[in-house]
Amino acid sequence: MEFAELIRTGQAQAELLRGPEEPPLRGTLCITGHHLLLSPGPQATPDLWLLLLRNVDSIEKRVAGDSGTITLRCKDLRVLQLDIEGVEATLDIARSIEALSSLESVITSFPFFYRPKGLRLGDAWHFHPPECYYKRVARETNAWRLSEANEDFSLCPSYPRAVIVPRAVDDSALARSARFRQGGRFPVLSYYHAPSGTVLLRAGQPLTGPQKRRCSEDEDLLRAVLAGARPGARGFIVDTRSPQAAKQARMTGGGTEAKAAYPGWKRLHRLLETGRPLQESFVRLVEACGDLEQSMDRWLNRLESCRWLSHVKETLSTACLAAQSMEQEGACVLVHGAEGTDSTLLITSLAQLILDPLSRTMAGFQELIEREWVQAGHPFQLRCAHSAFSHARPKHEAPTFLLFLDCVWQLGRQFPLSLEFGEGMLLALFDHAYASPFGTFLCNNEKERCLCEVRTRTHSLWSGLSQPKEQRKLRNPLYVPNPLAIWPSAEPQSLRLWQGLFLRGTRPPEPSEVAWEKVWQIVTDQEKTEGSQPTDSASEAGP
Amino acid sequence: MFMHIDTTPLLPDSLSYLLKLLDRFSTSNKSLTGTLYLTATHLLFIDAHQKETWILHHHIASVEKLALTTSGCPLVIQCKNFRTVHFIVPRERDCHDIYNSLLQLSKQAKYEDLYAFSYNPKQNDAERLRGWELIDLAEEYKRMGVPNSNWQLSDANRDYKICETYPRELYVPRIASKPIIVGSSKFRSKGRFPVLSYYHQSKEAAICRCSQPLSGFSARCLEDEHLLQAISKANPANRYMYVMDTRPRHRVQSWWATQKDIGRIIVRISSKIWNDEKIRESDEKKRLNAMANRAAGKGYENEDNYSNIRFQFVGIENIHVMRSINGTKGLSVNDFYSGLESSGWLRHIKAVMDAAIFLAKAIEAESASVLVHCSDGWDRTSQVCSLGSLLLDPYYRTIRGFMVLIEKDWISFGHKFSERCGHLDGDPKEVSPVFTQFLECVWHLTEQFPQAFEFNEAFLLQIHEHIHSCQFGNFIGNCQKEREELKLKEKTYSLWPFLLDDQKKYLNPLYGSQSQKSAVLEPNTVSFNFKFWRNMYHQFDRTLHPRQSVFNIIMNMNEQNKQLEKDIKDLESQTDGILSKELLNSVRPESPALKATLSLKEQALLPVNDVLRTIEGSSPADNRYSEYADEFSKAEPAVVSLEYGVARMTC
Repeated sequence: MEFAELIRTGQAQAELLRGPEEPPLRGTLCITGHHLLLSPGPQATPDLWLLLLRNVDSIEKRVAGDSGTITLRCKDLRVLQLDIEGVEATLDIARSIEALSSLESVITSFPFFYRPKGLRLGDAWHFHPPECYYKRVARETNAWRLSEANEDFSLCPSYPRAVIVPRAVDDSALARSARFRQGGRFPVLSYYHAPSGTVLLRAGQPLTGPQKRRCSEDEDLLRAVLAGARPGARGFIVDTRSPQAAKQARMTGGGTEAKAAYPGWKRLHRLLETGRPLQESFVRLVEACGDLEQSMDRWLNRLESCRWLSHVKETLSTACLAAQSMEQEGACVLVHGAEGTDSTLLITSLAQLILDPLSRTMAGFQELIEREWVQAGHPFQLRCAHSAFSHARPKHEAPTFLLFLDCVWQLGRQFPLSLEFGEGMLLALFDHAYASPFGTFLCNNEKERCLCEVRTRTHSLWSGLSQPKEQRKLRNPLYVPNPLAIWPSAEPQSLRLWQGLFLRGTRPPEPSEVAWEKVWQIVTDQEKTEGSQPTDSASEAGP
Repeated sequence: MFMHIDTTPLLPDSLSYLLKLLDRFSTSNKSLTGTLYLTATHLLFIDAHQKETWILHHHIASVEKLALTTSGCPLVIQCKNFRTVHFIVPRERDCHDIYNSLLQLSKQAKYEDLYAFSYNPKQNDAERLRGWELIDLAEEYKRMGVPNSNWQLSDANRDYKICETYPRELYVPRIASKPIIVGSSKFRSKGRFPVLSYYHQSKEAAICRCSQPLSGFSARCLEDEHLLQAISKANPANRYMYVMDTRPRHRVQSWWATQKDIGRIIVRISSKIWNDEKIRESDEKKRLNAMANRAAGKGYENEDNYSNIRFQFVGIENIHVMRSINGTKGLSVNDFYSGLESSGWLRHIKAVMDAAIFLAKAIEAESASVLVHCSDGWDRTSQVCSLGSLLLDPYYRTIRGFMVLIEKDWISFGHKFSERCGHLDGDPKEVSPVFTQFLECVWHLTEQFPQAFEFNEAFLLQIHEHIHSCQFGNFIGNCQKEREELKLKEKTYSLWPFLLDDQKKYLNPLYGSQSQKSAVLEPNTVSFNFKFWRNMYHQFDRTLHPRQSVFNIIMNMNEQNKQLEKDIKDLESQTDGILSKELLNSVRPESPALKATLSLKEQALLPVNDVLRTIEGSSPADNRYSEYADEFSKAEPAVVSLEYGVARMTC
């Protein structure tokens, strides 16, 4: 398909309003296949202004006299206004943006054309394969092996080629277990907690159905997990649905593990809403955040009724529950919901952040996201097709990944020194998940990514983020390695609205950004003064 | 805290009881077993690990006995500093004794029984006196630039003859004669006639304060009108002035309707200010309107602008209610926010803030003087005047300046601390968290302008602690006259020198960006910006707080940087000295003296971070989600949650 067919007009004169604080920008507006460009003209100092069309969530046009106004609401929650000269031009541009921003084809998307200077194709894609993580596990225990049973994605299309499974279970048993689990997602290792020797697993729901079917290979697999941990180990199955919902799922072929079939395992139900309710919660919160005029009572009322913070609380406390079972009770934990690609990943990834100091480093966090979200088959393309402004009826959209980022933000607020990355990193991840020039969040799973040759034809976000000029935005200046588990408080009094994200479209840059600048300055001062000491002592060395 | 412990003798006959302490927010079944001691001034609990918990009797707001359980008698103590403790006393008789003793000890009938009169920080009289002279209001007025050609010190109230609740020294317009003052004071409630609260030197505008006009009296008072005219004339920059009436609508008498005569001078902005429903959109428009009217020579009158908000005596109960909802089950997010909404607390905070912003804008943008009043002019008036000055004048944002501000607008102008804080056993209806609201407004400002304040949150919390503690004389009594009668300066100590001595703890490490430090603050009062002040209302619920403090770290680094820079300078100067000496004497290059200094410095360097950087990975048992863990070991979760309450009591 040719982009040119969709571009109705080449350029127009326009003025851009970006927010309460930033000055308006005036110049020539251009549309290309992937971008909206505004070139301020030769004498102006700021360079080109550029917006990825994929970032446009909704578009609103108004015509008055011989000029028009287009309001663009972006997926990253920013709101832009374009005042364009000429009615025809306005309508043409609006139609072009509409058409171009809703293109669904993956291989014509911008990451396949993006060739930034200083980056080589294929870089950083090899950073975080499951093999790497397996090496870490293998150093600690011998009970697990790397299986390539899914080499051709035939067992499970949403798993990567290689997965970590109990050594005692062979590939043919895996294949049978896969048939017993939704989406072929048989139980695989998500995290090995070395201090207690326990493991975190994830899977899809078992397909017990109304007949209460069983699968001996699946049962063997879970028995092998307990046997591999230590004699007499217990396990918990954290089901992210309510007991009723889990029971009802039997009618449609799903279900839960029967108590008798899995000795040593005990089921816990923690309802985590996903899908439509979560998306609606997100939309209502963003709506409330856009209203500057509302009274105190109205605001509190809307904050309460959108239930976003309730979701944060439930997610955090369930993740803590899983982490606590592993660390305190010495139990193995299997997490699943229905498909095992949404709330399941929320819990497994957060539990790791709580328990594993390595995942709180910059590299470790990227690895965690690559392993537990991208390769674990969170369907980014479906979930992040639209953000909070879209008028389209939501189909598969849900801000699960955003909920994860929000929980991490809450962790970071409660343990401001223990995460190596800062709020900037979380914001960047949010932006890139919804619209990005990089290929990392393209497609829904590894299989699709292989088909589209994402790894060879696009750049990885991780190489983009590792560029030195990005570092200051992404890092937490106060980071000190913390070898302990970090247990957050999930009380409502301890949770806060993530203003840096949800209010980014409505408020001027916070003075606290200035304050952070100052923090950076103090930290660099410290490094400088310490560096200039004749004998650099161990005062900085963390544990 | 620099209080107690060594200064509080255990009474020889102090009572002691063996009992258990429960922590509200950690639901681990573990309770602390220990001994409770009651001393003359404190309640002391020492647990098995010898950890001491001290609670000042004056801080106790309520004591409650709950229904008897199998393990003993639960006793819940709520404190004015938002601490809640939950004891379980094994014997009911003991519990009854403790209950009765605490009731007696926490409510004093006489000022002389308050802690401040027995508190002795081991200072001699001279030191004590110096402490009281630390904050000198005459000095402060001089700093503002009064007296000057327009404002003078009036001796009218030197013997508290005109107004008992004002200080002796008052500043009034130079052209206002004594008869005018006396006449005006008769027309104003409690004799609180319009006086200067803050003078803005460069704008030549003033913030004045007074109480409401007396109703039922003759509808007009020429002296009072003269005094208002005098205030407006004392401002050469702008003859118009604003009168901010911060009363809720139902309290407003029809007095203003008769004031058309002076309407020419006085542009009145009604208590629209308190109606936060519409304030955002209307504020700017109103002001424009007012100016347009003024240009046409008309006064601005609109009686319909008073809103129905009852402001003065709401709040603290609501906060308590919200806290007490919290039984064993965790508070859901929805309960929390609906509780916050229905308490209306943040709405009031926003209203105070909006009023102060209006005041600051009037002075900053229009150079107009402002007269603020509510009913008696000691609650909302104090809030608005002090907050307005804080926005305008960077001096008040320093540690010492903030003390001056409290001393001036709150203590000297007769905010009734003893009644509002319930120091003595008195009318509970008079108790109201007016000052706490002011502190919270300041906290919100520190959140919005992290670099504008020299002090940090701990400073505000400490001041809040001491308005209730009665440990120092500053906040005892309801007005200056009463304080003089109590001879507080001879019998008690002032809080301020102790806070200044501890200054390091209260410094804001980020203070000092020029732009925020000197500017007039223009806070944004969009609803999102108001948050629940967890560190105040849950200051003792440790598990709810962030486990690591950015503030401490930065403060420490900053200090360390300074120290290091100083060291480097020292070293450089020493090496310079040594080098030149070396050159002169041509001794060996490796000077032992230099080496010694180096190793010394190393030692000084080492310990700095150790304490604060210690990682506080907390225990999961501290947090609410641990209660789920109990389910693990039981067979049926549904039943266990019932058993759970019992289980907690029995172990």
